[in-house]
Amino acid sequence: MTPLDARDVKDCYVADFRAFAENGAGAAPAWLKEIREGALARFAELGFPTTKQEEWRFTSVAPVAETRFALAPPAPDAARPEALQPFLLGAVEGPRVVFVDGRYAPGLSAIAGLPRGVQVGGLSAALRAGPSGELAQRHLARYARWQHSAFAALNTAFLADGAFIYIPADTLVEPPLEVLFLATGHGGEGPTVSHPRSLIVLERGARAAVVEGYAALADEVYWTNAVTEIVLGEGARAEHYRVQREGGRAYHVATTHSQQGRDSFLGLHVITLGGSLARHDLDTVLDGAGAELVLNGLYLLARTQHADHHTVIEHAQPHCASHEFFNGVLDERAHGVFNGRIIVRPGAQRTDSKQTNNNLLLSPDARADSQPQLEIYADDVKCTHGSTVGPLDQTALYYLRSRGLSPEAARSLLTYGFAAEILGRMERSDVRDRLDRMVRARLA
Amino acid sequence: MTEHGNRDAGDVLLEVTNLHAAVEGKEILKGIDLTVRSGEVHAIMGPNGSGKSTLAQALGGHPAYTITEGGVRYRGNDLLALKPEERAREGVFVAFQYPVAIRGITNAYFLRSAVNAIRSHRGEEQLGPVEFMDALEEKLKVIGWDSSYLTRPVNDGFSGGEKKRNEILQLAVLEPKLAILDETDSGLDIDALKTVAHAVNSLRRPDNATVLVTHYYRILTHITPDFVHVLSAGRIVKSGGKELALELEEKGYDWLRDEAAVA
Repeated sequence: MTPLDARDVKDCYVADFRAFAENGAGAAPAWLKEIREGALARFAELGFPTTKQEEWRFTSVAPVAETRFALAPPAPDAARPEALQPFLLGAVEGPRVVFVDGRYAPGLSAIAGLPRGVQVGGLSAALRAGPSGELAQRHLARYARWQHSAFAALNTAFLADGAFIYIPADTLVEPPLEVLFLATGHGGEGPTVSHPRSLIVLERGARAAVVEGYAALADEVYWTNAVTEIVLGEGARAEHYRVQREGGRAYHVATTHSQQGRDSFLGLHVITLGGSLARHDLDTVLDGAGAELVLNGLYLLARTQHADHHTVIEHAQPHCASHEFFNGVLDERAHGVFNGRIIVRPGAQRTDSKQTNNNLLLSPDARADSQPQLEIYADDVKCTHGSTVGPLDQTALYYLRSRGLSPEAARSLLTYGFAAEILGRMERSDVRDRLDRMVRARLA
Repeated sequence: MTEHGNRDAGDVLLEVTNLHAAVEGKEILKGIDLTVRSGEVHAIMGPNGSGKSTLAQALGGHPAYTITEGGVRYRGNDLLALKPEERAREGVFVAFQYPVAIRGITNAYFLRSAVNAIRSHRGEEQLGPVEFMDALEEKLKVIGWDSSYLTRPVNDGFSGGEKKRNEILQLAVLEPKLAILDETDSGLDIDALKTVAHAVNSLRRPDNATVLVTHYYRILTHITPDFVHVLSAGRIVKSGGKELALELEEKGYDWLRDEAAVA
């Protein structure tokens, strides 16, 4: 592929949007059309970011910005149900919604047996129906900051489908709800893009676990540009597991935004294994007193993989707690970037916030950049942060060898421990065990 | 490694001859001679900086310590030719003065990995998680722990005393022929000290031996040594029976330094 000028590519998306707005998306409600138009205009203004911008200093998106990605056409028959097994992380016969190139695939999904009032399905259908359409209107695109992000703006402009999960008040959903985005990567003549858009709403006192996965059906060059909004009402409890296993040549850009009400709990766990270039913005807002956030991240990268996690934890209300732990294991020529910003708004007293980012370099050519940023506008707060970048601890290696382990076994155990530390902070043992097997397979 | 010599109790287990060892080019051990037989407990005492820990780590095979002269035979073979993991598999155990935290790895998983590495070396079958847990129950009692310690990451967030107890748990699980305890008693309160001493005593058998490296007399009121050696400036300046420890407790180390200077 010959690199194109990023401005020309931008114009292509604007042209694609016109076609998109007139054809497939024509049936959309007026409020959504308005949001899309606004987002497209914002994308056109912002353009693709460059490394001259502080937020993108360590991550060049040139390969994305200089490639013409066509909107992936619907491919509902691209996968058969029996081919799903390697990609699933929830319960074997558990509820799941599957998407192919960002479009809901009912033939691959299974959503029977959920409690009354629970809605799990494709967003595009939800937008059409009356009550769910109203729910979507109330929440959709209200949180994720597409005004500030060209990628989130582009996703919002092309907003058409993705997961829609709604848990009514005081309702418990026991099995993890699995959301799986599969990419075919070969829908058009050239590389394709999909813009999966998900909305997850837990009303007051609701409890649920969601597993959100991204994977490839083929090793192709494609781009996933995802946005997920998670909204927790008062006292709601959610465990959200996000597992990015895109293909080795894929690009993955995403925004996850969480908005938490009073006394709610969110365990947000992010595992990044795939893609050649990945950028994930996690914007979390503790927007009700007494809310608690556990934000875990694990990135295991090799070859020339590049993954950038930008996290923002915004303490907007008093008496909230956030615990953030990101570990990275970087092998060969991989590059990991972590930027963790904690914002404590005026009046968010008694904030308790802890942030840790540890990076393990398994090769002299691997690289990690770690940047904590604290912005504290309240005086009665407890905020700690720390980060490390380095090779395996020689003393620990000797300690393990002195107990009979071979140098290889000792290295492997220490490396696995780096990942297991993050897995150990996950609440659901059923999901954790599957992620553990996945991580072991990756490190083997 | 094949066994040499006769099989009677009291076989020579460890024979250190004129051992010199250096760290970062600085010679710390300046000619150590020490013979340890099966069934014996030896206490190595001495002031700070005398080389006690260097001796323990040199026997364990710590890569930071270079042997510059002399030799060590263990059960008749050259110990210094073995890598740290080979020494462990042959039955040498060094309890660390500063045990290392292994994040993310539970104590149970770590212990099983160590046991299985040694079992595999002996040509024995690997133990699965369930049968290993059964075997571990008994060992936990030796150090007065419940099983909650098994699911915690190795030494991660452990207090100083818990780390030392964890070393003794490893000792109990791995059942070495030769245990070298590097200041395991330091930093322990009296209850922890008694527990550790009780554990070491209960693991004592005619076919194993313990080398207790310590700064303080205190632990020797709970573990009775057969021999006491005083280390000063990288040499053993005096050896004797358990009464020597008491003499050191009363008179300190200075008189030995003077005596060594006169000699």
